[in-house]
Parts: sequence; C-alpha cells; structure tokens
Amino acid sequence: MCGIAGLIHKGKSANVGSEMTAMLQALKHRGPDSTGYAVYGEPTEGDYVMRLKVAEAEDMDKGRGVHKIIEARIADVEEIMEEAGAKVKSREAATEYALRYVLTHEGNTGDMAKSIEEVEGVEILSMGNGLELIKDLGDATVVSDMYGLKDFKGTHGIGHTRMATESDVDIKSAHPYWAFPYNDVSVVHNGQITNYWIMRREMERKGHRFMSNCDSELLAVYTAHNLSNGISLEDSLRQSIDEIDGVFTYLVATKDQLGMAKDTMAAKPLVLYESDDLIAMASEEVAIRAILPEEIDTTDPYDEEVRVWQA
Amino acid sequence: MASMTDDDLKQMSQDERAKALGMTTEQLTGKSLYIEFDPEASERYTYPWSYEVDFNKRTEIDTDTLSTTEVNSAIRDRMKEGYGTIVLKNPRGKHSLGVGILNKLNLIVEGSCGYFGVGLIDGPNVRITGRVGWSCGENMMAGTVVIEKNAGSTFGAAMRGGDLVCRGSVGSRTGIDQKGGTIIVGGDTGALSGFMMQRGRMVVCGNAGKNLGDSMYDGTIFVGGEIRSLGVDAIEAELTDLDRQWLTRKLTQYGLMPDKGVDHFTKVVAGKQLWNYDNLEPSEKKLIL
Repeated sequence: MCGIAGLIHKGKSANVGSEMTAMLQALKHRGPDSTGYAVYGEPTEGDYVMRLKVAEAEDMDKGRGVHKIIEARIADVEEIMEEAGAKVKSREAATEYALRYVLTHEGNTGDMAKSIEEVEGVEILSMGNGLELIKDLGDATVVSDMYGLKDFKGTHGIGHTRMATESDVDIKSAHPYWAFPYNDVSVVHNGQITNYWIMRREMERKGHRFMSNCDSELLAVYTAHNLSNGISLEDSLRQSIDEIDGVFTYLVATKDQLGMAKDTMAAKPLVLYESDDLIAMASEEVAIRAILPEEIDTTDPYDEEVRVWQA
Repeated sequence: MASMTDDDLKQMSQDERAKALGMTTEQLTGKSLYIEFDPEASERYTYPWSYEVDFNKRTEIDTDTLSTTEVNSAIRDRMKEGYGTIVLKNPRGKHSLGVGILNKLNLIVEGSCGYFGVGLIDGPNVRITGRVGWSCGENMMAGTVVIEKNAGSTFGAAMRGGDLVCRGSVGSRTGIDQKGGTIIVGGDTGALSGFMMQRGRMVVCGNAGKNLGDSMYDGTIFVGGEIRSLGVDAIEAELTDLDRQWLTRKLTQYGLMPDKGVDHFTKVVAGKQLWNYDNLEPSEKKLIL
C-alpha cells in the first residue's frame, strides 16, 4: 500500500523535520516496514552533504566480524573521497552503518559518487547542497529519533512509509530514492510500475545504475535522466505519465521545487492542501491533519494531473 | 429459526446475533436471510434489534482522543440510550467513522472524515460539514448523506440505496459498481465515474472525467457540464420529461438546482452491447452444435 507525504513552505524555513515526522507517523498503518525522509534545508554554496550507508540494518546481527568490515568500508570510502579531492568538513554517524559527511569538492561529484559505490555494500543515499535523505527500518518516530530529525529546519520535504510488496524489507529498497547522481533530487512513490523491466533495461543501456529491485527506484533514475538532459521537472513529470505504465502517484523534490504526478487511472490516492504559504499533500488526509488540526479545504488531484510548486 | 423471536435477537450482543443468524459460519445456513424472507413475518422497515431513538435528544462525542472503534462503539451506546441526534466533534480525517449504522439517526460530523466514512449504513441521515476521503458511503443501503465540501475517489462505491450528496467535487471512479440509490455531485467528478454501474442514478452538476460510464450494465448518469469522454458501451440518451421532473425535484431538495434549470443536462445510459450473459460460452456452443 505505502504512504507518501510532502510539504513545502513558500519563501520561508520551518520545522520541516518534526512536521514530516508527524505526517508520516499518521500514515504508519499504510506501511510499517520502513520510513524515509528527504528534507531540504537552506542550500549551502560550496558545501555538499553526503549521506551513505555502508551496511544494511540486518547486517548488524551477523556477529563481531561485521564491525571490522564496516570500518574497512568507511576507510575505503574516505580514501576515495580524498583521492577525488574532496575535503571532509565533518562526519557524523547516527548509526554504525549510516554516515553523514559535509564536504567541499571542486570536481564532478557524480564521478566521485560512482567510485564510492564501487566499494562493496556501500550506497550513497543522497548528495546535494540542501538535501538530507534519511531512511531506515521502523516507523516515523523511531527513524526520526534515531537520526535526530525533529529539530531539522528547512523549506520542504517528502517522505514515505513503506509496506514491502515486491522487494525486500531493507534500507536499499526503502524510499525516498535519490536521483543518482543528480544532486538534491529525491523521489517517493506509491504504486506499481508494470513496464519496470523494459524501462530499467533502457535506462541501464543509457548508463544509469540501479541499486535495488524496487520499481520505485526507476522513477528516481528516470527523473535524473530527464533532468540531466535539460528537461524541466514539470515536463519530466508530464512525460512520465505517457512513458511509465502502471498505477502510481509520486512526488519529486529538488533543491527548491516540489512536484507531483498521478497516473492515467488516478488509482493511487493523494490529498492536497494549498494555502498562500504552505502546500501539504499526503496519501490520506489524516496526515495533513496531523500538522493542520484546524478545519481546512482539501482536494483530490485528478488523473494525469501534474503540479510543481516553488519553495 | 422459529425458536428465535425478535425479542431474543434484540437482547443479544452483536456477536451473538451474528452467530445466531449464521453469519459467522463457513457453511451458509440461510439463517441470515431470515429477516428478509420469513413468510410469517409482517412487513417491516427496521431491523428487529434497532434502537428506539428520539431525534430531539442530542448529544456530542469529542472524537479527538478516541480511536475509530471507540467512536463507532460510542455512537451505538448513545443510540442505545435513546439519543437520536449525535454530533461528532474534531474528527480530523479519521477513517471509517459512522460505519454500519443500521438505525434511524441524525448524525452530524463537524469536520472531515477519512476513508470509508459512513459505509454500509442503512437508515441514518448524515451531514458532514467538511471533506470525506475515499469510498464514502460505500455499500450504503438507505438514508441520506450530505457532504458540504469535497470528496475523494470511489464515492458511493457499490451503493445500493439512499441519497449520497457531495456539494463540492469528487475524485475518480465515483459510483463504481453502483447498484441503486442516487449519487449527486455539485461539482466535478474524475475518470471512470459510473464504471460497471448496474442500477441507480448519478447526477454530476459540473464536468465529468474520461471514460464516463465505462462498461455500465444499467442505470442512468446525468451530467450538467462537459464530458471528457464516454467509456465503452456508454451512450447518450434523450432527456425525457420524467427525467427533468426527477432532476428538478432532487436538485431542489439538496439546494443544488442550477439557475439555468436542468435542460442542459446530458443523459448517459448503457448501450447494452457488451451484455453477453444470455450467450453460450464457446465450449458450450460446441457441445450443442
């Protein structure tokens, strides 16, 4: 089933971390397996934030040896970063397997990201000037507490509560997906994509990488492909309705935009609230009510509807 | 069945009643049909176990800290106490509120409901001052439901009777599998509205999305605005005087009568070209031929 949610404050920062936590906690019944957040702070010029995981949560139960493996992987990653000319300004570890680096880098961050992911078991969850992508097993509050998200200030964010259907319960199959290697772009999705393999092979032929077998990853890769070819976010969303088969509602966030697209059948839900300074959307109204308890007017976007909002 | 009287049924809890009527067993005993088909029973319009309520007795339930189950139990408890007007406060998008009320009742929801609001009801008059999520009034059998704002998709899915009214716009697949009753939408409706409709009437004062009335078997759809496209086997029909009178009566009743009258409404019915129930399957044809 899965639940998705997104919000964007126009022209100001707010407590996006706690707002997204409240929204996703209200959607827990739509997917208790894992929760993910992609929240956007004020973009920093020059500094990149990179979040990566060096193991799966379940790997931590595999005995004492796993700690040494993780240490070795982190050492490899840091060596690659140094070779690529990146300067690490800070390193934080919310869990043993999930790290957050703030770094400066002059060259192509995409090339560096590709090299880092060659290290076995390592996946970059996100990279960008404003994006912080967090995903782990558990409900919204558990993940938010684990990663200290409740005090996060930002302009916008998207999130996902996952009920695993066609792939595993692990971090690599959890949403949101970063549009690798396109900085600051993330995607959450509710639905099933029926031409997944055809589209995946097409994207792989064009040189894109897939880290999981989750069909939602395709939307991230597809969006990254379009954006890197100079297609605007709105055009990419519109194009996807013709090119992607299946039932889906998905949200895409960039450094300063939030977009949504709904398939031709409008088979997956989305409830939308729009005001002058805040736009909130979620699979169910109960999530929007978690941050706006007062009486508000909400609508259901129709089939083939595409919207993009600016922060 | 003769050993069980209405009084017996009324005294039972809901679980006991379900068991007594054979509703919880795998093998159907036919006991569940007792109420409808007992030849000895006199004609009746209420369930034997329905509560005697007084519409002038009004009570409020603050749903803020209650779960859906607790709210629905509280509604039943208040009906038991004879309250005929119940107001739900602070629903804040909770799912499945007011489901399965088989009693006469005035239910007022001050706020918005989530999914499956007032589904499976048989009798109550409901007014929701906010918005409703997906599948509002699903499978409702009798009564009236009026929603003041917008509604989500599958509005009135598999509805069997009563009036389901949304003053705002509704989502997609409105009245999917509708088997009776009337759905009235003050605004627009989305794609595949009236999909597989079997009976009943749907009135859309605004525009309708694509594939309106797709694969409908029977029933009638009236649209006041533009129709993006008709679905398979849905065809336009002539608006008769009877239709005009009915539309005028219904829309006036709910305060949705357009200033320009009802002559502009388009009537959509089933073409009945897809019907093939009377045809033999190919394998059966071979046997006969």
